[in-house]
Amino acid sequence: MTDENQTTEQELDEVIETGALPLDAWHRDQGARMVEFAGYYMPIQYEGIIAEHLWTREHAGLFDVSHMGQLTLEGEGGAEALETILPGDISALKPGRMRYSLLLDDNGGILDDLIVTNTGEHLAMVVNGAMKWDDIAYLYEALPEELTLNHHDEKALLALQGPEAATAMARIAAGATELKFMQAGLFDWDGVPLWISRAGYTGEDGFEISVPGENAEKLAAALVAMDEVKPIGLGARDSLRLEAGLPLYGHDLTPESDPVSAGLTFAISKARRAEGGFAGSDRILKLLAEGAPTARIGLALEGRQAAREGAEVYAGDQKVGVVTSGGFSPSLEYPIAMATVGSAYAKADSLEIEMRGKRLPAKIVSMPFVPTRYFR
Amino acid sequence: MTRYFTEEHEWIDVDGDVGTIGITDYAQGQLGDITFVELPGEGDKLAKGDAPCAVDSVKAASDVYTPVSGEVTEANAELEEQPELVNSAPETDGWLFKLTLSDTSELDGLMDEAKYKEFVESL
Repeated sequence: MTDENQTTEQELDEVIETGALPLDAWHRDQGARMVEFAGYYMPIQYEGIIAEHLWTREHAGLFDVSHMGQLTLEGEGGAEALETILPGDISALKPGRMRYSLLLDDNGGILDDLIVTNTGEHLAMVVNGAMKWDDIAYLYEALPEELTLNHHDEKALLALQGPEAATAMARIAAGATELKFMQAGLFDWDGVPLWISRAGYTGEDGFEISVPGENAEKLAAALVAMDEVKPIGLGARDSLRLEAGLPLYGHDLTPESDPVSAGLTFAISKARRAEGGFAGSDRILKLLAEGAPTARIGLALEGRQAAREGAEVYAGDQKVGVVTSGGFSPSLEYPIAMATVGSAYAKADSLEIEMRGKRLPAKIVSMPFVPTRYFR
Repeated sequence: MTRYFTEEHEWIDVDGDVGTIGITDYAQGQLGDITFVELPGEGDKLAKGDAPCAVDSVKAASDVYTPVSGEVTEANAELEEQPELVNSAPETDGWLFKLTLSDTSELDGLMDEAKYKEFVESL
C-alpha cells in the first residue's frame, strides 16, 4: 500500500464518522436508545415506540429533527430560479407562507421532497437529512451564481406535535399559536430567536421550531418539563407519518418515482401545469394528462403480521407491485402499508402481499389511514 | 432442567430430550414492542440453524433460529392473542415453541447463563 492510499483511507474515515447533533447528550440523559441515521446519532426510541406513538396522538410529542437540512436561498430572482427545478408556484408564495414541494431531476424523477418557506427576507428550505448533501450539490449546480445558498447547520430543528402542542407552545411563544397550518414566523423566547412553522410529519396539529443550536437543550428541557410533552424518537415518527399517509423519501419516493405516480399532483401548482418550465416538466405534464403507469396506494392488512418494504404485491398469480413502507399501526391496531402498484390495480378489490413465503390478504384503503388534524 | 443460550439471543430449556425455546430479555429489549409472532406448526421438523419463527416489532421482523435440531411438539398459542408476552415475560410465559431434540450433542456449543451474561456485557 502506498502513502497516497493511506491518506485516502484516513480521509474516508473522517467522512464517514457519525456526527453528534446539539441535543445528543440531552437525548442520552432522557434515556433514549441512539442509532445511526443520516450520518448522525439519533434517538430511535425512549420508553417504546407504541407508547410514544399513542402519546403523540393524545397529548404532545417533542421530536428532534436536527439532522434535516435547513437551507436558505438569498438574492434577487431566487423564487424564479427555484421554479426551474420545483413544480410549485414559489414566486406566488407570500411572506410567512410555506409549501410542500419536490426536487426533480431533468426527467421529473424525485430527488427529494422539501418544504419551501418565504420568510420575508429570503426563501428557506427544509430537506431530508439523508439527502441534504446531494440536494446542496444539485442546487449549487442548477442555480445561478448570483444567488447564495446557505446551509444552517448551526441551528437545531425541533418538532412539537399532537393535540396539546398548541397548549405547550403558548407558554413558549404565545403568538405562534395564531399561525395556521403551513404558516410561519419569527418569535422571541427570552431573547432566543425561534423560527416557528405550523407544520409537521405526524398528521397532527403542531409546530416545527428552528432554534440556534446552543439554545436547543434549554428549549427541549422547557418543553418536556410540561405535563403535556414527552420526547419521542424516530421510530414513532415513522409509524405516525405512515398512518398520516405521508410518503418517506428513499422509501415511498425515489428518483424512479415522479409526482404523478407518487400521488403528489397537489404539489404541481395550477400555473405551473399551464406553463411548465420545471425540471422534467414535459414528461410530468404528459403523465398528468394521460395518467401514470403506476400509483402509490394504501393497504390495510388482515391479521397482525405486517408487510415490510420490498414485499411483493400480487393480484392472483400476477405480481403487480411492491410495498414501499409498512408496519403495525399502533392507533388502528392492525398492519398498514404503502405500495407502488400498476395503475390498473390501484382500485382492485383485494390484493395479496407475500411475506416470508405466505400470502397476506390486503385491502386497498384511502390515505391518510388515520384522519389528519391540521389547524387550518 | 438446564438452560442454554445462543449468540443470536435465543434460550433453550432442556429436560431430557424436550427443549423449550424463546428469546432472551436482552433480545426483546432490542426489538422493542412486539406486535406479532410467527410460530412453527406442530410436527415441523427443524434442522439446527433454521428460522421457524419470526418476531415482528413495530419497526421490523426478526428471525428466530432454532439452536438444535428436532421435531416441534407445541407452539405457544397464547402469543396469537398476546404477542406482547414476549416483551413482558420473554424467558417464562413468552416462550415460543417446544421440540423433541434429535441430537443432544448439539447443545455442546451453547453458552450457560454466566457465559451469556458476559457475552451480552461485551456487546
